[in-house]
Amino acid sequence: MFKFIEGHMASIEGIEIYPIISLLIFFIFFAVLLTWVLTAKKEYVDEVSKIPFETNNEIEL
Amino acid sequence: MELEQFYYDNKIVKKFTYATLFWGVIGMSVGLLLAFFYLFPNLTDGISWLSYGRLRPLHTNAVIFAFVGNAIFAGIYYSLQRLLKARMFSDALSNINFWGWQFIIVAAAITLPLGFSSSKEYAELEWPIDIAIAVIWVSFGINMIGTILKRRQRHLYVAIWFYLATFVTVAVLHIFNSLALPVGFMKSYSVYAGVQDALVQWWYGHNAVAFFLTTPFLGLMYYFVPKMANRPVFSYRLSIVHFWSLIFIYIWAGPHHLLYTALPDWAQNLGVAFSIMLLFPSWGGMINGLLTLRGAWDKVRSDPTLKFMVVAITGYGMATFEGPMLSLKSVNAIAHYTDWIVAHVHVGTLAWNGFLTFGIIYWMLPRLFKTKLWSNALANLHFWIGTLGIILYALPMYVAGFLQASMWKQFNPDGTLVYGNFLETVTEIMPMYWMRAIGGTLYLAGFIVMLYNLVQTIRFGSAVTDELAQAAPLERVSKQRLVGEGYHSWLERKPIQLTILATVAILIGGIVQIVPTILIKSNIPTISSVQPYTPLELEGRDLYIREGCVGCHSQMIRPFRSEVERYGEYSKAGEYVYDHPFLWGSKRTGPDLMRVGGKYSDSWHLNHFYDPQSISSGSIMPSYKWIILNKLDKSDTENKMEVMVTLGVPYTPQDIARAQEWMTEQGIAIEENLYSDPDFAKNYDANKANAKENDVEFVEMRNREIVALIAYIQRLGTDIKITSNQ
Repeated sequence: MFKFIEGHMASIEGIEIYPIISLLIFFIFFAVLLTWVLTAKKEYVDEVSKIPFETNNEIEL
Repeated sequence: MELEQFYYDNKIVKKFTYATLFWGVIGMSVGLLLAFFYLFPNLTDGISWLSYGRLRPLHTNAVIFAFVGNAIFAGIYYSLQRLLKARMFSDALSNINFWGWQFIIVAAAITLPLGFSSSKEYAELEWPIDIAIAVIWVSFGINMIGTILKRRQRHLYVAIWFYLATFVTVAVLHIFNSLALPVGFMKSYSVYAGVQDALVQWWYGHNAVAFFLTTPFLGLMYYFVPKMANRPVFSYRLSIVHFWSLIFIYIWAGPHHLLYTALPDWAQNLGVAFSIMLLFPSWGGMINGLLTLRGAWDKVRSDPTLKFMVVAITGYGMATFEGPMLSLKSVNAIAHYTDWIVAHVHVGTLAWNGFLTFGIIYWMLPRLFKTKLWSNALANLHFWIGTLGIILYALPMYVAGFLQASMWKQFNPDGTLVYGNFLETVTEIMPMYWMRAIGGTLYLAGFIVMLYNLVQTIRFGSAVTDELAQAAPLERVSKQRLVGEGYHSWLERKPIQLTILATVAILIGGIVQIVPTILIKSNIPTISSVQPYTPLELEGRDLYIREGCVGCHSQMIRPFRSEVERYGEYSKAGEYVYDHPFLWGSKRTGPDLMRVGGKYSDSWHLNHFYDPQSISSGSIMPSYKWIILNKLDKSDTENKMEVMVTLGVPYTPQDIARAQEWMTEQGIAIEENLYSDPDFAKNYDANKANAKENDVEFVEMRNREIVALIAYIQRLGTDIKITSNQ
């Protein structure tokens, strides 16, 4: 796959750093995301997931 | 803390719901009419504004932006207020949003049949309407963010993140894809050309599916499915992962619409890789939706709203599994340009968007009118004929797609094509087109059953009133994270930061793909023999755009033996450098036209436009009699050329100065070619004499639209032919 990219991108200076940057963006994005999710407190998750039901005055059918 | 009293605005929800139903019937009826055009191509013979090419964009725009668009607004205005415990920020903005959107739809419904089109799929509307869309969309965004800021619920429920991402991304997509230079009122040229235009267009097209047809509906799913099932979403943690990974990855996948085209390979491969990754967040969302019904499956049996939701989410799962599969180059080589793609998008729209909308309306409307649904039996009937309609629509189209691809690619042992005549591959699939029309009819019939049911519900309900609610106002909390507060909980109470982060997530993919293609010249190798269009060809190209020819004919030959054998040399990126906009197309109901130039005589084209069936028996191309009769409007030609110069097309001042003369010269040459056909000469002379006798103005052939269109068609793909001759 890289042979396609090289031809077009060889003209850019410092191109070698791009794949590393891409990998870092991805790794950090998903690492942060997973940290967020896994460290979320259970009480908080329960509370937030019940928001749609907190309507004390809605007519129930 | 003292409770505050306030009212939820139900009337705006009612208005959007009515608009959804109204435009749904219109958009689907136009779709059905189009399905019947395949069977009876001259159903509206001679009526330009009811021709297939002009109505196809009306159908797609009507179902996407009018039907689904109004459904999104109805659902968001209902759920947002309740999730935030606040009335909408501004009633005035709500009404501007409503009436502005309807005005845009009416403008589209008038201008598209009249042939005002940019030809870019799902973005056909011309620049004044594009500006109106941007203004109304922003007013919706302000209204939503304003409501969020004055909320009485600290944390933003996951549905609202999807709404926010929808707002920012659609704004970004719409603005960048619609960048065009106006030539006059209702005519403009895309600032991008050829390959770049294609990339931007499909970055837009793909993400219009992502952020108009998917993310808002996922938000609605996360609100309405728990409400209907009366239990919280299966996994809130999964919904966080779902949201962020979906918006982050979705934006990259656009180039999978351009596999094997002249788009640089690195961009194609990037599109493929991200499309495969996209399967995971999509299915995460589907699983989260379906598993919300855990322990409540018995309700699905008795509650028609949940039935619709289950089929909708299943349809989402099927379409989002199929999407990544279609992005594999080997699968795409078969499916692209065929009816398989039509089946794919209709599973998405009919099941996911249609059924989710129906489910929501069946649930919401009785509540607005403080009553029960008039008839569950009719809702069940709607569900079953709708489901049957989807199956009858999709299955034949899958078969048709496979058949088409197989026939297009089949060789005889001596190396010639088995189906050398494209028309044979069309007539073979007519039975499938019949079944599709029947499937579409069933689906629409279900819709009408729903309308009756809803009218009855409304008749027995009481008037819609704004609903009284009460909640405590928010206490001020520190801007920083609180002790023991997780990052995500902090972010969820900071809507602005959340919006900015979501914007960053969607911008990364767009920038990485689009900026290099536009900035790096080596991505589009130039070809010295490729010249700008002559003024007459340019006018002809605008007619090609006006009539929506791109809806059925591609101009992109992929580098396959079967395509090179059938159509000629495969397309090069450098051939499109003057194409503002690009006209690659995405469907081959008729053959590719990339190298049609010089293949047939001028007379052949004239006769074919007049009566396609007399030239190719069994053809499903409609006749274009009005193009043959209409006088070509040459009043704007110089303007058009000047705009092209601004966009980088190398017309010289001399070229522009002699545009009129040049057009007449080229027109006379084509007229003479046509005149060499004795039948034509006889008829033409007779008409001329007749006009003189009756003292009616006679437009000479050289000044008619058909001559410009023939000039353009005869030019197509010939620049490269010159090279190979040298």
